[in-house]
Amino acid sequence: MTTTITFPISGKTFRQRATEEPAWVRYSLVTVALLFLTLFLFVPLISVFYEALKKGVDVYLAAITAPDAVSAIKLTLTVAAIAVPLNLVFGVAAAWSIAKFEFRGKNLLITLIDLPFSVSPVVSGLIYVLVFGLQGWLGPWLAEHDLKIIFAVPGIVLATVFVTVPFIARELIPLMQAQGTEEEEAAVVLGASGWQTFWQITLPNIKWGLLYGAILCNARAMGEFGAVSVVSGHIRGSTNTLPLHVEILYNEYNFAAAFAVASLLALLALVTLALKTLIEFRNKQHQTLRGDA
Amino acid sequence: MSTFKQHSILPGFNLALGFTLLYLSLIVLIPLSAAFIRTAELTWSEFWSIVTTPRVLASYRLTFGVSFAAALVNAVFGLLVAWVLVRYHFPGKKIVDALVDLPFALPTAVAGIALTALYSGNGWIGQHLKPFGIKVAFTPLGIFVALTFIGLPFVVRTVQPVLEDIEAELEEAAATLGANRWQTFTHIIFPVLFPALMTGFALAFARAIGEYGSVIFIAGNMPMISEITPLLIVTKLEQYDYAGATALSVVMLVISFILLLIINLLQWWNRRSTQA
Repeated sequence: MTTTITFPISGKTFRQRATEEPAWVRYSLVTVALLFLTLFLFVPLISVFYEALKKGVDVYLAAITAPDAVSAIKLTLTVAAIAVPLNLVFGVAAAWSIAKFEFRGKNLLITLIDLPFSVSPVVSGLIYVLVFGLQGWLGPWLAEHDLKIIFAVPGIVLATVFVTVPFIARELIPLMQAQGTEEEEAAVVLGASGWQTFWQITLPNIKWGLLYGAILCNARAMGEFGAVSVVSGHIRGSTNTLPLHVEILYNEYNFAAAFAVASLLALLALVTLALKTLIEFRNKQHQTLRGDA
Repeated sequence: MSTFKQHSILPGFNLALGFTLLYLSLIVLIPLSAAFIRTAELTWSEFWSIVTTPRVLASYRLTFGVSFAAALVNAVFGLLVAWVLVRYHFPGKKIVDALVDLPFALPTAVAGIALTALYSGNGWIGQHLKPFGIKVAFTPLGIFVALTFIGLPFVVRTVQPVLEDIEAELEEAAATLGANRWQTFTHIIFPVLFPALMTGFALAFARAIGEYGSVIFIAGNMPMISEITPLLIVTKLEQYDYAGATALSVVMLVISFILLLIINLLQWWNRRSTQA
């Protein structure tokens, strides 16, 4: 809809849509929004790389190839390699039961799956200390059998699994609900077994959602700090993940090294965002092609 | 059994639900219940005296006050950012849109040290605030900056889809009836966005209350002044005060559950008002 507005003073006539703001309002709003984002997002991001490289490339490379840093990278990769597949299997199982069947208490189950998101990271770590720590429920039994979970790698894995439980499930549930059950029912009626139906019908339909959830889950698994910090014991070279190593270096006033290691995590975040955007873009195109946008 | 589940010809229900419940119990429910069961070993007066000492009360005031302020700022600027991203065109918009999720993807420890470096006395931003006598790093103001960063995506990402779905006809009708843009915004658009805005605010607030990693670097962590409740839990744990740490965790958990309930109600309200 277009209205012609005549300004009596200047005598100028221009056209402005009645459902659009004047140009000066638009420009000021964009400017204020970008200023806010620059101050709170872009500058902190850039400063990580600036601080990491401030003392030169040699210092940077030395920091990320130091033995403690390498063992932290290895531990972080190991923890993510266990936590992400576990939550992947859980996410698929949870989404299969919730999206493909009708049963009582479904909404309660969805809320319980989301629960770890609303628990403070510190509390997420503490509850595992209460179960597996020396003072905990299983502590005396574990000590008797010479098993160590808290202040050791299994505790770090458990705490990471806890904080990343919802990621894949909450991507898959709405996706599989929207897809319905007709395709699977057709497969079963035509004689396919349950696993055949899952591998050949369901999985191809949900693979992008699965990947999307796994990428977000992985980013959190590699970056988790609070929960892991409580159960880790901070033993250099053995129970230090990358974020914990950043903290140790920083507290030793070794800022260049701390930011160098932090820049690896910042790169991980940027790659995560790029992949996420790519999948969203692909999904949008796919929807437009299929005409159900 | 017949009333529990509707009939379906698809297989795998028992296996999938059984695994889901087992996994959820082992990973989430049993460990969470440990906090409540261990706290139940205390008497009510013991529990109450632990969770109401002056130092603990100061940490609640700080945690909730600063989280509220940060969520409020995020509500205002999140709405603005969502508006600008949906309604206007500017160069680099797609990159800006993708980067809004940065606080979700960036590990909190990295955010913590980056913000501390920026806002300390000789940092890029801190040095310009120093002449005005404004100290950000190692004060409650620093906590506010960290929590604003952490909560930034929530409001944007809850308001954005609702704003995208608002039909142009509504605004055109308002314009034909003689409303100016501001009136259209306050009377037509804002009421539709409001439930989403509240949901985003509550999500940012809930996240801020539990936040630990980004805050501890910038806070200074002075008891009574800049010590947040999650840090107090860690401090008690490091002093082997398990009862104290657990009691405080239960307080945090109960508050988180109440917030979760409120958020669920807000989302239900949001769905209803966007469908109506």
